Amino acid sequence: MLLPIVFTIIKILIIVTVILLAVAYMTYAERKVIGAMQVRLGPTHTGPYGLLQPIADAVKLIAKEDLTPDMVDRPVFIIAPLLTMVPALAGFAVIPFADNFTMFGMEIKPYITDLNIGLLYVLAISSVGTYGVIMSGWASNSKYALLGSLRSSAQVLSYETAMGLSLVAPVLLAGSLSLREITLAQAGMWFVVPQIVAFVVYVIAAVAETNRAPFDLAEAETEIVAGFHVEYSSMKFALFFLGEYANMYLVSTIATVMFLGGWNGPLLPPLVWFVIKVLFIMFIFLWLRATLPRLRFDQLMSLGWKVLIPIALANLMITAIVVHIVR
Amino acid sequence: MQNMNNNVAEIVTVNMGPQHPSTHGVLRLVVDLDGETIVNVTPDVGYLHRGTEKLAENRTYHQFIPLTDRLDYLSPLSNNLAYCLAVEKFFGVKIPERADYMRVIYAELARVASHLVWIATHALDIGAMTVFLYAFRERERVLDMFECATGQRMTSSWIRIGGVRADAPEEFFKLAKDFVDEFDGFVDLYENLLTNNRIWKMRTIGIGMLNADDAQDYGTSGPLMRGAGIDFDLRRDEPYCCYDKFQFEIPTQPEGDTYARYKVRMKELREANKIVAQALENLPEGPIMTDDPRVAMPAHEDVYERMESLIRRFYLISKGFRPPKGETYQGIEAPKGELGFYIVSEGEERPYRLKIRAPSYVNLGVLNHMAQGHMLADLVAIIGTNDVVLGEIDR
Repeated sequence: MLLPIVFTIIKILIIVTVILLAVAYMTYAERKVIGAMQVRLGPTHTGPYGLLQPIADAVKLIAKEDLTPDMVDRPVFIIAPLLTMVPALAGFAVIPFADNFTMFGMEIKPYITDLNIGLLYVLAISSVGTYGVIMSGWASNSKYALLGSLRSSAQVLSYETAMGLSLVAPVLLAGSLSLREITLAQAGMWFVVPQIVAFVVYVIAAVAETNRAPFDLAEAETEIVAGFHVEYSSMKFALFFLGEYANMYLVSTIATVMFLGGWNGPLLPPLVWFVIKVLFIMFIFLWLRATLPRLRFDQLMSLGWKVLIPIALANLMITAIVVHIVR
Repeated sequence: MQNMNNNVAEIVTVNMGPQHPSTHGVLRLVVDLDGETIVNVTPDVGYLHRGTEKLAENRTYHQFIPLTDRLDYLSPLSNNLAYCLAVEKFFGVKIPERADYMRVIYAELARVASHLVWIATHALDIGAMTVFLYAFRERERVLDMFECATGQRMTSSWIRIGGVRADAPEEFFKLAKDFVDEFDGFVDLYENLLTNNRIWKMRTIGIGMLNADDAQDYGTSGPLMRGAGIDFDLRRDEPYCCYDKFQFEIPTQPEGDTYARYKVRMKELREANKIVAQALENLPEGPIMTDDPRVAMPAHEDVYERMESLIRRFYLISKGFRPPKGETYQGIEAPKGELGFYIVSEGEERPYRLKIRAPSYVNLGVLNHMAQGHMLADLVAIIGTNDVVLGEIDR
C-alpha cells in the first residue's frame, strides 16, 4: 500500500533533481556550444573547463539582494516567477523516459504516471506558464515590464495554437493521447517520417513558445533592452531563467516523444536514446541562436497566424483523411 | 506598410540615445511615434564636439595630422590621406610612386576595417550575433597590420604631407599578402550567414528606401548613394593618389533599400581587397617621402654636413611651412562617402580656416527621410545601414 507512494515520491525527487541539474548545465552547454560557433572559448576559469560555472552563477544569484520595488502588487509579484517555473517542471510528470523494465524482480515504470490524456495535460500545464509572464508584467507596475509581458504573452499564445495543431497529427496516427502509447506506436517507424511537416511546424512554434532566438523579442537588447522581468532580481530573476530553460527541455522532450520515437532505437539502451534525442533538439535551439537574426514583431505574428497555423491545419486535414481511408 | 488611418492619432515622442546600445556612439534621436510607426526622427548631434576645425587654426599644418585620426576613428588612415592631399594641393608636390602605392594600400585596408565594423554592428543590431564576432576577428588582423606598419592600431597618424612617415617592415607585407589571399573566403562566410537568409531579407528588403533623386538632393555619398543606383566614386571619377592604375569595379544597386546597401558594401569589401592585392603585387621600389624642400625634411646626412639643410630642418620643426595664399579642396572616397578638407590659407604657417566635409554628417541628414513610415524596430536597421561614426559627425 505504502510502497507505490514511496516509489512515486522517489521518482519525483529523481526527475526534479535531474531536470534542475540539466537546466543548470544547459546554460554551461549553451555558452560552450555558441562559444565554439563564434570562435570564443566560453567559460574556462571556474573549475576544470569552467564546469563549475553554473554553480557559481547560482551562488551569485542567491547572494544578490532580493529587491522588491515599492509600488508592486506584492503577492502577484512573488507568485509570477513560480508560475513560470513550476508548470515547466510539472509537465515532466507524464513523460515516459524509457520502456518498463524489471529490476530486482520488480517491474519499474520509468515515468511518474501514465495519464490517458497525457498530451492534453502537458499542453494545459505549459499554458499555465503564460500566466506567469502576464502576471509579472502586471505586478511590476512598470510600463516597460507591462509592454514586454504583453508582447511575450501575445507571442506565446499565437504560437501555442500552431503547436497544438501540429501535435494532433501524430495523435491521429497513434490513436491515443497517452504519451506512452504514442511512443509504443512508433516502434516501427518514427512519426517524423510521415509527419515531417508537422515536425517542422512544431519545432518553429516551440522556439517561439520558449522566447528563444530568432523569436527572442522579449530580450531584444538593441530594441527594448529587457522584457517582463526587468524589475526582478536575485532568485526571482533566476526562476524566470530556470523556467525558460526547463520549458526548452519540456518542448524538446515532447518533440522526442511525439516525432522522434521517444526511447525507440537500436543497440543503445532506451534511456540513452531518449537523452540523445532531447539533447539533439536542444542543440538545434542553440544552433538557431548562433545563426539567425531576429524577426520584427509584426513579422513574427504574421508568420504564426498566416503561415504556421494554415500549414498545420492543412497537414491535420490530410492526415485525418489518410488515417480514415487506411483504417 | 504605412497604416495611418484618419483618426486623430496620438503622437508619442520618445527619446533614443545618447546612451543606447544601437545608436553607435553618442547619437541622440528624438522619435515621434504613432503607435509603433515612425512619424519623424530628429537626430540631435554634438555630444562629441571637440572643436577640431577650430583647433586646426592654432596648429601648424603638420601638427593637425593626429587630430584627423579622431574624426572617423574606424578608418584613421583615410582621414590622414584626405588632409595630406589637400595640403599637398597648395604646393603641387610630386609624391614618389611607392608612397602613392602605400597610401592606396593603407586607405583600402582602412576601408576593409571600417566596413567590417559596419557589417558586424549592423548584423548585431538585427540580432545576428555570430557575424559580429567573425567580422571582428578579421578586423583584428587588419589592425595588427596597422600596428606592424605604423605602431598604432587605430590612431595611426602615419601619412605625412609629402609621402608616408616610413617604409613598412617586411613583416607587414607578409601579413598583408596572407590576409589578401584569405579575405575573399571570409566575405563568403559572412554572406553565407546573411545574403540568402530569409530573416535577414525580411528585415532589410524595402526598409529605409532612398531613391536616386533623394540621394542626390540630400547630398549623400558613398555606399548610400551607390545603393540608390548612382554610379559615382571619386576613386574612379576624380582619381587621386594612383587609383587610375588599378583595375576595380564600382558596385551599385538600383533598389535603394537596406539590402541594396548591404550588397554594395559587401562587394566593396571584395573590391578593396582586390586593389590591395594589385598594389602589393606592383609595389615599386623607391623613396616613400618626397624630396621637395618646401614640405619635406632634409635628409639626415645633409643636416650633419650642410648648413642650409640644418637651417631648413630647424625652420620646419620650429615654425612649419607656409603654403601660398589661397584656398584648396580635396575630397577622397572614404569608406563612408566623400571626405573632403577645405583649407583657406593666408600665407601663414597655420590654416586661416579649415572645414571638414564629413560624409557621416551629410548622410545622417537623410535618416528622417529613410525612417518615416517604418516601425520603431526598423530604426536600428536604418541607423546601421546609414553607417555613421559620431567622431566625424561632431568633429
